Amino acid sequence: MRQRLAGHSVPFLPPGMVSGFEFQEKHMFGDRQFAEGRMFAFPSHYLKGDGFMDAEITLRVDGEEHRLTVDTRTTILDALRESIGNTSPKKGCDHGQCGACTVLLDGRRVNSCLTLAVAHDGAEVTTSEGLSENGELHPMHRSFMEHDAFQCGYCTPGQIVSAVGMLDEVEAGWTSHATEDGENVSLSDEEIRERMSGNLCRCAAYANMLPAIKEVSDR
Amino acid sequence: MKPYRYERAEDISGAISALADEPEGAFLGGGTNIVDLMKLGVSTPDVLVDVRRLMSDDIEETEDGGVRIGAAVPNSDLAADPTIRTRYPALSEALLSGASGQLRNMATTGGNFLQRTRCVYFQDTTTPCNKREPGSGCSALDGYNKNHAILGSSEHCVATHPSDMAVAMAALDAFVVTHGPNGERRIPIEELHRLPGDEPERDTILEHGELITAVELPPMGFSSNSKYRKVRERASYAFALVSVAAAMDVEDGVVRDVRVALGGVAHKPWRATKVEEALRGEPVSEENFRAAAEIELSEAEPLSENAYKVPLARNVMVRTLSDLSGEGR
Ligand SMILES: Cc1cc2nc3c(=O)[nH]c(=O)nc-3n(C[C@H](O)[C@H](O)[C@H](O)COP(=O)(O)OP(=O)(O)OC[C@H]3O[C@@H](n4cnc5c(N)ncnc54)[C@H](O)[C@@H]3O)c2cc1C
Ligand code: SF4
Ligand code: FES
Ligand code: FES
Repeated sequence: MRQRLAGHSVPFLPPGMVSGFEFQEKHMFGDRQFAEGRMFAFPSHYLKGDGFMDAEITLRVDGEEHRLTVDTRTTILDALRESIGNTSPKKGCDHGQCGACTVLLDGRRVNSCLTLAVAHDGAEVTTSEGLSENGELHPMHRSFMEHDAFQCGYCTPGQIVSAVGMLDEVEAGWTSHATEDGENVSLSDEEIRERMSGNLCRCAAYANMLPAIKEVSDR
Repeated sequence: MKPYRYERAEDISGAISALADEPEGAFLGGGTNIVDLMKLGVSTPDVLVDVRRLMSDDIEETEDGGVRIGAAVPNSDLAADPTIRTRYPALSEALLSGASGQLRNMATTGGNFLQRTRCVYFQDTTTPCNKREPGSGCSALDGYNKNHAILGSSEHCVATHPSDMAVAMAALDAFVVTHGPNGERRIPIEELHRLPGDEPERDTILEHGELITAVELPPMGFSSNSKYRKVRERASYAFALVSVAAAMDVEDGVVRDVRVALGGVAHKPWRATKVEEALRGEPVSEENFRAAAEIELSEAEPLSENAYKVPLARNVMVRTLSDLSGEGR
């Protein structure tokens, strides 16, 4: 039957934060939404952390296991950045629209901002940082650098993880909206643009990302 | 975001009973829509019952020659499935035209059907919206309604249903299988979603706590000759302005049978039955396709900003039907 997640610990607090409303305010709404007056009144027991909205989970991040107590509302993105201190995935829109938060979740690329940590207890998460092995940059990292495939770099970790996940999808024979021949997928420029459309770049460094990704796929 | 309890049901009956005494509870699939709406304060469940791991994520051929899709199958796997690609290409194309690679990896088949409208007022809790807050009024009626409905709307709501997948499913005569407090049922996709009427807060006929567990595609010989065409404001990663899913059985230049459904035009995937009736038994020709499309659209009631959708829907239908009949090649 149903299982209620245990845990009577204090809600997880990111470093430097205080409990209660200030926490709600900064972390659950974000400044913009808060400024627009989108606020809810919570029954007081919610704020005191009497436990039923916390969960204990384990995430394996970039090869290392982390046991965490998270508020049930915490996304994998916030767990990575605020709890674990891995700031490689970025928060762009927080609504699945920009791809800056892309990570591999059990090997597949996803938007970590729409993925609840509590729903992925035990999952394996790979960020751009974790693509490096033994201190060696991943070929996709190097190719982005060689092709000058970024300007400010904010979207870059998401772009790189997305590109790596995308190449696995091609390898598995997945077609895309741009696939002309339904059976044989060859990675044309059109294909790369379509398959990478979930990653936006405010600096519009697309022109150099395309050859950077192409070069890795051709290897 | 409002605090909530998270529960993981272990089986279908557990999931149903978990919501039985929780009028403000909701199921969690991939979370790509409901988490977004919870961040916006549009969805405010007290409890989320995670159903992703308890439902099937298999795609299997059925004894009668159809296909059964578990409700937990991710959108990307469904699109990539070889059987779907060859026997129901419109479905694969619809899925691949929606969202992004990352989102399709998380989104589930069940959740895709039940995603909420992208009407901007629905997503903005500072504006009146009958769907979000019954009785508060419809801001889109005299507001920004470029993306809204031209068919079957009411004075209470003019929103469209955003799913691409559901449009293809409607054209392919699919059924959803549900399990709920009142047992199991099989619902044709055409009947799953509602027109808004005076209850726009209800998107579908599903009852509270009714779980979609699977989708069944019937055997339909000519579904291998099917197609999905989507028109949007940019080449990728945008919702449909208008889309069409169609399947056609042509022999000796005559339409033996045809299925057509439209997206982006109504509160539900719009099955264009008038087009189908007008074309059955008729010779294949662009004029016939155009005439049939015009019959369907003669009832269109465009709003202040979306009259463009009427000729667009007509042209997209004509083009898609022409392609399927071989006329357009
Ligand atoms: C930036 C962006 C762009 C997008 N573009 C497109 C697009 O172009 N075309 C398109 O079609 N879609 C698009 N989407 C929407 C996306 O397809 C949906 O968010 C997704 O399909 C929802 O599936 P899910 O499993 O994540 O659902 P969830 O978010 O988990 O759930 C959605 C709803 O269904 C309910 N639910 C979930 N599973 C079940 C079940 N088995 N039984 C009963 N109820 C259930 C939930 O309670 C919730 O109300 C886009 C989304 C984003 C964020
Ligand atoms: S169209 Fe429907 S969803 Fe949009 S504001 Fe009106 S009532 Fe709300
Ligand atoms: S931060 Fe996740 S998609 Fe923008
Ligand atoms: S490099 Fe600046 S956002 Fe992409």
